[in-house]
Amino acid sequence: MFGQFDLSVIRDALPYLFAQGMVFTLTLTALAASGGLVLGTGLALLRLSGVPGLTHAAKLYVELMRALPLVLVIFWFYFLVPYLGAWAIGSDTPIQVGAFASALVTFTLFEAAYFSEIVRAGIQSIPKGQGAAARALGMSPAQAMRLVVLPQAMRNMLPLLLTQTIVLFQDTSLVYVLSLTDFLGAASKVAQRDGRLVEMYLFAALVYFAICFAASLLVRRLQARTAIVR
Amino acid sequence: MTYTWNWGIFFEPSPEGAGTYADMLLSGLAWTVATALCSWIIAFALGSVVGVMRTLPSRAANAVGAAYVEGFRNVPLLVQMFLWYFVLPELLPRDLGTAVKQMPDAPFYTAVLCLGFFTAARVAEQVRAGLRSLPRGQTQAALALGLTRAQTYRHVLLPNAYRIILPPLTSEFLNNLKNTSVALTIGLLELTARARAMQEFSFQVFEAFTAATLLYVALNLVVIAGATLLERRVAVPGGR
Amino acid sequence: MHLSHALLLAALAISAATAPARAQELSGTLKKVKDTGAITIGYRDASVPFSYLDGNQKPVGYAFEICLKVADAVKAHLKRDTLEVRLNPVTSATRIPLIANGTIDLECGSTTNNADRQRQAAFTNTHFLTATRFVAKREKGLDKTDDLKGRTVVSTSGTTNIRQINEINTARGLGMRILPAKDHAEAFLMVETGRADAFVMDDVLLAALVAGSKTPEAYAISSEAQSRPEPYGIMLRKDDPAFKAVVDAATAALYKSPEGRALYEKWFTQPIPPRGINLKLPMSEAMQKVFANPSDSPDPAAY
Repeated sequence: MFGQFDLSVIRDALPYLFAQGMVFTLTLTALAASGGLVLGTGLALLRLSGVPGLTHAAKLYVELMRALPLVLVIFWFYFLVPYLGAWAIGSDTPIQVGAFASALVTFTLFEAAYFSEIVRAGIQSIPKGQGAAARALGMSPAQAMRLVVLPQAMRNMLPLLLTQTIVLFQDTSLVYVLSLTDFLGAASKVAQRDGRLVEMYLFAALVYFAICFAASLLVRRLQARTAIVR
Repeated sequence: MTYTWNWGIFFEPSPEGAGTYADMLLSGLAWTVATALCSWIIAFALGSVVGVMRTLPSRAANAVGAAYVEGFRNVPLLVQMFLWYFVLPELLPRDLGTAVKQMPDAPFYTAVLCLGFFTAARVAEQVRAGLRSLPRGQTQAALALGLTRAQTYRHVLLPNAYRIILPPLTSEFLNNLKNTSVALTIGLLELTARARAMQEFSFQVFEAFTAATLLYVALNLVVIAGATLLERRVAVPGGR
Repeated sequence: MHLSHALLLAALAISAATAPARAQELSGTLKKVKDTGAITIGYRDASVPFSYLDGNQKPVGYAFEICLKVADAVKAHLKRDTLEVRLNPVTSATRIPLIANGTIDLECGSTTNNADRQRQAAFTNTHFLTATRFVAKREKGLDKTDDLKGRTVVSTSGTTNIRQINEINTARGLGMRILPAKDHAEAFLMVETGRADAFVMDDVLLAALVAGSKTPEAYAISSEAQSRPEPYGIMLRKDDPAFKAVVDAATAALYKSPEGRALYEKWFTQPIPPRGINLKLPMSEAMQKVFANPSDSPDPAAY
């Protein structure tokens, strides 16, 4: 039905696929990973803070996000973010949030839950004595966390954080459900327009595989190099 | 704001004529559970085989296992879904491809296969980690007692490994459950798809999504409770 | 009692008389557009020829051009030199929530104006009339609604059509399996690849999909319609009379002018991008009446 493989379809679509689709995917991944890490670290600190209200609120948030499918969360935020924004700035009409911004907020908030679990485990992996020693040297709790515990914890959890970022990179393909033009969205638009599903989807799979596989090999090498000798 | 709440919406009849909106969501829940369970059977069986292959002395078995895991782990689930649904039937012989496409409930079978193979790669990694964590003496002792390698895995190594990896397996099971929602892209009428359909028909976005959220949370709690019971049930007396 | 009625009437008369003056104090969408200097248009991926992506993946189409004209009218109304037109993709399923939550200001596509949807959004004057039918491969010989008995049928999620076919399925006990697709292109693809037997949709969209397919002669559109001809309108936020008045005036002026007719002919009787297909759908009598007397009624009987 689709005839022979037609590589020219892929060749003609390359500029669109990469200049628009892949750029969208990579930008979204990079921004959501940075935002997710910052927010995730905050959540982890709240959870370890020992302040009852904060600990529970952070735990509830993390557990709720982790219980829900990403697709559902994407729909939630796509419709909810404008209302949240209006509420945040005290406007009485929903504010306008572009599709990219909405996707960015969604992935940042969603990934923060996963990053926070990694960060929490990382902080807990640092012996308690280190924090205590830093305090004994006259550091404030914040200084002890920032200067002593977190740098070592980050080093320990870097491979896991990067692996989670690869997962995020793959997950961004789900913006397909909102008809946004990420890499997969671009591929599927061309595939549907030209009736060339076999070529376009196989090509998309190949590109994702090449990028993720290469990235995971790099992470593994990094892991071998940064492991702290104990 | 232009949003009007209406929590009574769940008891209004859905335009599909087969009951209320609540029934619509519950039928979605049933599909979600069915898809998750069926795909888990594939994932667990295949994942165990691949995981075992990666711990065998044979280099070939190792390579095949590693290729499987890398292949299925490094391609987004949604892309895999499209490969199974749109690409595979075109690569089959024409008649077989047509038969596959005209199968009733094709989205369900496709989703089960796709999720099964996808999750198997993740189960395989856990099984491998579990087997690796066992002291080498167990294998040596079993082989010395005259067990074959298959018997060693069957009676000694795997039962121990499964106990160790029960917690990560539980979280893989939950991931698999959540991943069923990706199948809405190929037309599976699971919970998220039904919540969205309810939103489209009734325009009550937030009620529909709140209900779906609560149902997913409830499913999670049931699975976690089940896993805790199972953990207690299979714990080796005196161990830990 | 009578006195209070009279007072009420007087109050109404005064407020009506002062309404134009008060409209100068902007509110709602007009205020937002003025403050931000931008208006956001929601467009569709594949609602040929109303709103879709051309060969360069840029939105074009009949309804899309109407929206650009409306944006011009809004710019003139606000007496601005420039007005940025932002574009946001929408699907059948996301368009109504996105209008309500303020992501888009105008939805330009193929949205059926009906009483149900009027509770969620407002519609300006009708720009097209279309009935629900289905398309199937010619070789399958499906032509009447009853031919769909026991078949796998696809429709686009979030449309009035999927709702109608669900209702027909239940009412007549046809036992169809109804799959929702994300957009029209994906739904047609299901028929093309044999995943579904028929695609239920507005007949004009089906005609465009068939004309744009690789083998137009391989498909047949049902002779029996599953609904009366229903109006398409451009969607706006509801409860925003000032904005609606501007949009209504702009569309009415456009439809009555020769420019409106030319716009129709450009998209329905001449070759259109991306592949130069001609839909060959000259303006029907009902459509001529719609253009002569623009109306935003959701009632099919009004046309």
